Amino acid sequence: SSHEHKLNFRKSKEACLSYIQDALLQKQWKRAAEFLTCYVESLEKDYSRELIGPSEMIWRIGTEILWHHSQSSMKEFNCFMEQMKTLGVKRYLKVCLEHVFHLLCNGQIDEAYQNLSLAESWRFGEQTAVQDKEMKLIEAYRGLLDYYRWYKQKNILLEHSEDGFSDLAVEQEMHGYFRKAAVNLKEIIKIPGVWDVFVKCYVDLLEFYGDHNEARQVLNEYAYNSKFPANPNAHVYLYQFLKRQGESKKSLISALKILHDIVPSHELMIDFNTMLQKSKKRKKRRLGLEVIFAALDYAGWKENAKAWSCLARQVKQIVISEKHLDWIKQEWNSRKDWWPAFHFSRYLAKRNWQENKSLSYEKALVAGILLGKDCKYFRYVSHQGCKAQLKRFRMLKKFVNRHNPVYLRISG
Amino acid sequence: RDFNERCAQCSEVNWGLTDGGRFYCRSCHNVTERTREVVNTDFITNSRVQTISKGLKKQEKNDGDCEWYICEGFQLVLKKQAEALEALGVCPQMKDEILCNFWRCYLQKSKQAYCKRPAGETVKALSVCESSTDVDSDPERPSLLHLLSLSESEGDLQTDCSFASSVSKVSESTSVYSGSVDGSLYLMKNQKEKLRMTMPMTLSFCYMALLWLREPITLSELLRFVVEGHIPYLNVFQHFPEKMKLCGLDLRIFCVESWPVYEEVFHKMHELAAFLDLPRFPDITDSCFLHPDMLCMKYLMEANLPDELHNWTCRVVKKIGIGEVDFLTLMPGNKSTRKVKYDVLAAAIIVVVLKLLFLLDDHYEWLLSEFAEERNKNNTEGGPYFEFKKWYEVVKQSLDVEQKKLDEEGAKYLWRCEKPLFYSVKNKSKVLKRRQMVVNLQNQFGKLSGSARRAEKPNPSSFQLSWSEENTDGSCFHGHSLKGVLQEKCGLLTAMNPDYWLCTVKLCNEKLCGHLAHYREVEFPQSYHFVLGLFSFLLRIQPSYIHDEVCMIEHKLFNKKLYKKLKYNTVLRK
Repeated sequence: SSHEHKLNFRKSKEACLSYIQDALLQKQWKRAAEFLTCYVESLEKDYSRELIGPSEMIWRIGTEILWHHSQSSMKEFNCFMEQMKTLGVKRYLKVCLEHVFHLLCNGQIDEAYQNLSLAESWRFGEQTAVQDKEMKLIEAYRGLLDYYRWYKQKNILLEHSEDGFSDLAVEQEMHGYFRKAAVNLKEIIKIPGVWDVFVKCYVDLLEFYGDHNEARQVLNEYAYNSKFPANPNAHVYLYQFLKRQGESKKSLISALKILHDIVPSHELMIDFNTMLQKSKKRKKRRLGLEVIFAALDYAGWKENAKAWSCLARQVKQIVISEKHLDWIKQEWNSRKDWWPAFHFSRYLAKRNWQENKSLSYEKALVAGILLGKDCKYFRYVSHQGCKAQLKRFRMLKKFVNRHNPVYLRISG
Repeated sequence: RDFNERCAQCSEVNWGLTDGGRFYCRSCHNVTERTREVVNTDFITNSRVQTISKGLKKQEKNDGDCEWYICEGFQLVLKKQAEALEALGVCPQMKDEILCNFWRCYLQKSKQAYCKRPAGETVKALSVCESSTDVDSDPERPSLLHLLSLSESEGDLQTDCSFASSVSKVSESTSVYSGSVDGSLYLMKNQKEKLRMTMPMTLSFCYMALLWLREPITLSELLRFVVEGHIPYLNVFQHFPEKMKLCGLDLRIFCVESWPVYEEVFHKMHELAAFLDLPRFPDITDSCFLHPDMLCMKYLMEANLPDELHNWTCRVVKKIGIGEVDFLTLMPGNKSTRKVKYDVLAAAIIVVVLKLLFLLDDHYEWLLSEFAEERNKNNTEGGPYFEFKKWYEVVKQSLDVEQKKLDEEGAKYLWRCEKPLFYSVKNKSKVLKRRQMVVNLQNQFGKLSGSARRAEKPNPSSFQLSWSEENTDGSCFHGHSLKGVLQEKCGLLTAMNPDYWLCTVKLCNEKLCGHLAHYREVEFPQSYHFVLGLFSFLLRIQPSYIHDEVCMIEHKLFNKKLYKKLKYNTVLRK
């Protein structure tokens, strides 16, 4: 510990900041406020050479404290934010944006909208150009809130039409919001970035008004334009859209292909595998097997009965047809060292049996084929199943026994 | 009044003063070039500022601002500090006589006043000042004693002063800007030889005056009072009168943003004493507070150590002669003697005594403590034996608490004051806006601070740690006995500990590297570090300075042995 009294202004304020940090981390809001009160006089000093100056510190710390402190009200919070907006013109839009986020978190949609509109009309010499990015975000969020208003109007309209009367005023308002929202949302998604929520809303609007071409184009851009960061959701949205549009399996499959490459553990892999299994093309069926094996590599899928049933179905089908056993062999090759402990331990056998009989059934089938009828998992489950006199387990036992040589061929 | 030349025009000797401060002949109204610069330096008695008359190009300040010089500002500061010290109990003589005479002497020596030549040499010098007061009637500068005696005869300083004419003001066309007349000059000139005045130096002045009067305030205490706010230092300029506008370069001179450092104030004081040609200071005898015997007693109490240790500190002091009057008394200008830091010295003596009795090698002291503990358990009659371990635990706990408080206070310290400061009129409005925002934020978050009101500044106290014998928890060690640590040999009490380790075998050259030794925590036992740390906290200085004094004392104490050892070594090498 240092024995010297903090000798000067700078050191004193540094120490003050570290006390604030400690208090914030321990959620001691009162204490943080106490030290912040002492820190604010830093505003009167020139810190232009520092990376983060006192005004930014005070903004961020003050926001945290006011947001969490029990005695602080939204009114105080808003008042503080207004002060912060005047404090640094270079940060003006950023502060506005964060203020809006807080208002939204607090459910104050209208206030948020007002603030966004106000910020949109802000002009300040060359700063306007410098803060162009923030401005785009502000416009985008206002577009989002316009969408929200459109959405509400749409629901009102639907209610009314159900009740049997039409409401022209509401309809007009709705269209108005659509126009406003569309303009801004379209703008933001032109810029490379991750704009999931904006894209979804925009596509929703386009679909409602029947502009499917535009929607398709937007989604394609979002998913396939290399300037945009790789984003699994983009492919999910595209897939969902294509599905809604009733597109062919071929285009659906190609939409999901990339998703499989990026996120092999995605929940849509089940749909993907289902489609691929049914395909007439050999390559696709082969891919399907690869997809389902890859998904089950992930711990999150261990107890997913649906996934196991997909794998079981495909494996069963291959075994019965006696064609393409090499596919199974290929997939099993890289997994035979660790899947047994990962999926087919005796402990898991017991647990799966207790918790989810269907799951254990599907897994037992797969285990029986891949590891043979003498493997722990299969033996336990089939034994239990037969003891419980469940018909399908009896069938399972028979099936695996019959096809045991397959296992020998796979493992060899 | 005192100008006796004959008028160039009419040969009369009938002089008066114009508003511009020039002598004019009353007979023929001839205005001369001779000026008599008069200023009322009655800041010391009353703080009314009078306008200073200038040369021909005096510029009228319309808004009631006056022209003021930097040293007038410092004079005000000193006045405030002296008043504060008086409120703390220092005798009024300090303020009325000693300090102001030191100051006057300084002004004269640094050619800012009371002298023949002007202090500022600039292109625009309009006239040469010929002061003709009684004080300067002889060409030699009067000695301090002379000034002291003068002050006794005159009541106030109204008549006596004269200022050198630093006539030029830097014109508005240059970028330097200050509210004072000579702010820019002050900062620009290389005034090393003339000992330019700074804020820390005001404390040097105070300390010098306190030392002259042998007041019971050590330098570390003085500095602590400054930090605690009992003596104006930070933001003292807010007490300047309204008419003295402070801006621009003045800020660099008067606005401090750091606490004064012991070493700096100490060294400056000695420089100052030499600069002022002061004579030998009044003697520090063994009845003075600053004498090591007295200070050791105080620090022993504060460190919660047994009173019996005082015998030992006195023995050490006596043995190495650091209680001698000649050693302790300040002789300005004497470069050969090492300057005495009374407080650090006393602390170091205690450390040495602890080393003598307890060795402090992280083993022996705990061993002794165990013996004492055994004895105390079995034998409850008679006073308790001093147990190092218990003492360590008690003191460490308090120390940690106090240190933590101090650290927090340091982090919560408010450096700014209400009086706004701006470099130029241009950013005045910006500064005021900022100030307003700061106040708003302070109010807003102050309310959210909960019931923790900002503690009022603590009452000034000489003791930072106090221990009461009335506490039944045995946390006061003053009355404990050293019996477990001592033995009798030939009728004399000596330490049971036969060993001693020197902090350093060879002392560095302080003039070259600033220290006698170089203290690094890892190289020394933890107990030693703890003890240094304790006094470091009490005196508010770095442990290394106490370590230096400890080395110095040890070398004096074991001088003979060291000398023999070195001699032996050199013999071997041959």
